[in-house]
Amino acid sequence: MELFNTIFSDPEVLEVTLLSLKVSGIATLISVLLGLPFGTLLALAKFPGRSFLLTVVNTGMALPPVVVGLAVAMSLWRSGPFGDLRLIYTPTAIIIAQTIIAAPVVTGLTSAALQQLDPRLQLQLLGLGASTPQMVVTLWREARLPLLAALMAGFGSVISEVGASMMVGGNIKGSTRVLTTAIVLETNKGEFERAVILGIFLLIITFLINYALTWIQQRGAKQR
Amino acid sequence: MNTLIEIKDLVVRRDKRQVLGIESLCVHKGEVLAIVGPNGTGKSSLLLTLARLLEPEEGDMLWNGAPYRQHNALAYRRRIALVLQEPLLLDTSVFENVAIGLRFRGLPSNQVRENVQNWLVRLGLEKLYDRNGARLSGGEAQRVSLARAFVLDPELLLLDEPFSALDAPTRLRLLHDLKTILQETDTTTVLITHDFKEAAHLASRVAVMLEGRIVQVGTPQQVFSNPANPQVTAFLGM
Repeated sequence: MELFNTIFSDPEVLEVTLLSLKVSGIATLISVLLGLPFGTLLALAKFPGRSFLLTVVNTGMALPPVVVGLAVAMSLWRSGPFGDLRLIYTPTAIIIAQTIIAAPVVTGLTSAALQQLDPRLQLQLLGLGASTPQMVVTLWREARLPLLAALMAGFGSVISEVGASMMVGGNIKGSTRVLTTAIVLETNKGEFERAVILGIFLLIITFLINYALTWIQQRGAKQR
Repeated sequence: MNTLIEIKDLVVRRDKRQVLGIESLCVHKGEVLAIVGPNGTGKSSLLLTLARLLEPEEGDMLWNGAPYRQHNALAYRRRIALVLQEPLLLDTSVFENVAIGLRFRGLPSNQVRENVQNWLVRLGLEKLYDRNGARLSGGEAQRVSLARAFVLDPELLLLDEPFSALDAPTRLRLLHDLKTILQETDTTTVLITHDFKEAAHLASRVAVMLEGRIVQVGTPQQVFSNPANPQVTAFLGM
């Protein structure tokens, strides 16, 4: 308990926690901004190559974070194609990697959420005078529960990943150290107790965020 | 008689297969035109074409005498209302379900409330005002979908077998109420059905559709007592 208090009052833990929430929050937000329209397009539009793109997105949902980390690290490395941007070992690099991890999750689940709606609903809405944007917004509202689940899954996939953050962030104290990379560091140092407490801390934060989102989701479900 | 829609040499294909080939068909203002025909004959495709949700490859459709392409598709669809076989109500209150088309048109809230309440009362739905649309019985849901269409005061009402999924007593009650409303509002209506009794009860004219073509048009009595050819006779089961 004493260690708990020490850790909670440790400014470094607060800093690491805030950075975790910041990078994963921004990555999730960007993933939603990309994944919601793209997933909607894949669900509603018919065009050549749609099945191929769906397969690519579904494969992307299972992307190993270390592979993403490797690809982003090679791209941002000083000798890499985007080396001049000097983003390697910065929070921005972690956001880029986490966006690549979360975007397919949000896209794939958005597409699945909209595809489970009755396809005739589109015709019905258009037949009642909806413009295409009005129809899409109405469909999003109809699929709001699975869409919130997509948001939760997207956030869950990045707040808990360690491989990509470690590879592109470098786990630099005061700069790119996030909760997961801090846990790895403490474990490597043999500080298992501290690592476990940080792990519990990560779980509590994840739980609280998902609790809030689930509350919003289930409030919608009760209104049914 | 004023003609609202005139179809000329219309050809519609879906997935490269011709589903409609209609030489000529008119919908007169204020009439109820029933399209009857066996399943898979293209009735729903005709309705979707009339709603401009399917584009014809050939031919023309005149709306008030002007080629339909002269009208913007969205502006055109905001002059009609479509009711499908399944009510497809949204996961929200009955009020919001009925209001949705008016909201799409950007009507002010007080006008939306007034119009929706009027049609909820007219269709006997006032007690369901805040019930969720997804939790209604089949008959209640179809009443809501009719209110959702009538509240738009459409120049053309398109009904695609709206009663086929209902049990007999519910269907009869709704059929009676619909006939009363159509007579009161004088709404030009195209009704797709394969129920001859329904067609005879509601329609002023009946068009028989076989294999994507209109093969006979006339009053219900003319069509049902004098089929134009052996195929119509066979379809009518005479």
